[in-house]
Amino acid sequence: MNAQVNWVGYKTIVRKEVTRILRIWAQTVVPPAITMTLYFVIFGNLIGRRIGVMDGFDYMQFIVPGLIMMSVITSSYGNMVSSFFGAKFGHHIEELLISPLPNWVILAGYVTGALARGIMVGLVVMMISLLFTSIDVQHPLIMISVLLLTSIVFAMAGMVNAIYAKKFDDIAIVPTFILTPLTYLGGVFYSISLLPDFWQQVSAFNPILYMVNGFRYGILGVSDVEIGTAYGIIGVFGVLLAGLCLWLLHRGIGLRS
Amino acid sequence: MYALQVNNLKKTYANGVEALRGISLNVEEGDFFALLGPNGAGKSTLIGIISSLVNATSGEVNVFGTSVQKQRSTAMSFIGLVPQELNFNQFEKPVEIIVNQAGYYGIGRKVALERAELYLRQLQLWDKRNDISRELSGGMRRRLMIARAMVNEPRLLILDEPTAGVDIEIRRSMWRFIREINGNGTTVILTTHYLEEAEELCRNIAIIDDGEIIQNTDMKSLLGSLDVESFVLDVREPLTVAPQVDGMEIILRDPFTLEASLPKRKSLNALFSSLDGSGVSVLSMRNKANRLEELFLRLVDKGTAV
Repeated sequence: MNAQVNWVGYKTIVRKEVTRILRIWAQTVVPPAITMTLYFVIFGNLIGRRIGVMDGFDYMQFIVPGLIMMSVITSSYGNMVSSFFGAKFGHHIEELLISPLPNWVILAGYVTGALARGIMVGLVVMMISLLFTSIDVQHPLIMISVLLLTSIVFAMAGMVNAIYAKKFDDIAIVPTFILTPLTYLGGVFYSISLLPDFWQQVSAFNPILYMVNGFRYGILGVSDVEIGTAYGIIGVFGVLLAGLCLWLLHRGIGLRS
Repeated sequence: MYALQVNNLKKTYANGVEALRGISLNVEEGDFFALLGPNGAGKSTLIGIISSLVNATSGEVNVFGTSVQKQRSTAMSFIGLVPQELNFNQFEKPVEIIVNQAGYYGIGRKVALERAELYLRQLQLWDKRNDISRELSGGMRRRLMIARAMVNEPRLLILDEPTAGVDIEIRRSMWRFIREINGNGTTVILTTHYLEEAEELCRNIAIIDDGEIIQNTDMKSLLGSLDVESFVLDVREPLTVAPQVDGMEIILRDPFTLEASLPKRKSLNALFSSLDGSGVSVLSMRNKANRLEELFLRLVDKGTAV
């Protein structure tokens, strides 16, 4: 009985989230497509020709995995934080809070919605990249699993942000001052082997480095980090964030008075 | 079985405000129960705790014998809530809002659509089912929240000022609907500022003031305890002073209007004879306020005076 209620509830949240993503497609899918097209044209095509080869690949090919991952991270995080905070701000999160659904179902539903947007945007960016270069995927399972796990991790990070946010400014701070710098410094545009030793060691503390390189390994077969380490780091963050989200929902912090 | 049992419930907010100071209350299954009190008395906090939107500081709430604190999911499956503030996504269509709410209670899409049609029709919103909700009028939004609260066919329906800002015609049609729901066995708890609404609909009543229950009884006994009634009298000729009548208090509100307060044991005939004797000719008469309103004001004023 409870399993049936939870399953229907989960499907309802996912359907509602996907409907929202598609209803406002001009805000959810189009912007990353335009931004990434500009990256491909400017960095990949114009500047990339002068840079030449990186880790044995054309610069354009080298940046494709990083740019896909960057758009997936931004979209997953952005979807969760805007949807969940929007529901909190408009008080319609109460529809879920007074329902019999347990917290883990609410978390799973919203994470799946964010994952759906991450996948949609990732596919769009991948298709755009095929207009500029060819991709020969080396390890499809690694590519897919790293993408999915990263999307889930950032969706949960978005929920933590949304739970603590009190105004719309609060949901812009983390993406602007933390997420974007970490993504740019996470090896999207370069191999960290180009950096001096000190900065290579500093980069090792950036979790996005492992996600970008894990995904790059799945597509190109090259990486600055061990693939096992990449899975380990993603897994640890995933478990910690899932625990934190469930604890926050259980305590009702930012949601229940 | 009690639909609702509240035992020594206390709530102190983080800012130190003591909203509930140890409330205890029982609501019988099938009852139509009024929860009244002035603004800030603690009604919405109590409803918030019952519906799990507010965490209690201490005390216990059971819905049909199930603890809200210990078995939240089961307890919530019994409840339908119409909150005071609008809390649906105003960018969604009414039918989407109701079907989604059904989904959160584990009701499949087919049944959810059937129930959405049933309740939207009953609340005269079916024609608006595909409009964007923010385009609905105030009364329609309130009815939408009632339809949404009914979709899981709750055993306990809690209505927190459902008719606020709604015109009298719609209010009366909402009364009919809620009365019918109660007639079908659903326990209803109603908070309202329209006291004639509570008097008209409810069988039992609790009055909260300053986080405490100051009265909890059946409506008949409460109204029976009213020992003085006030009337407003319109007179033919202008007066400069209020006439004096033994055992009654008469105030001159303006040269053409008197306000008379009569103990229940005094007959209206005595009032009219005295006024007639003083040469005052009465054109018309009406109750100053409805009976519950008078009682409510007295009880709350007494609480404030203490």
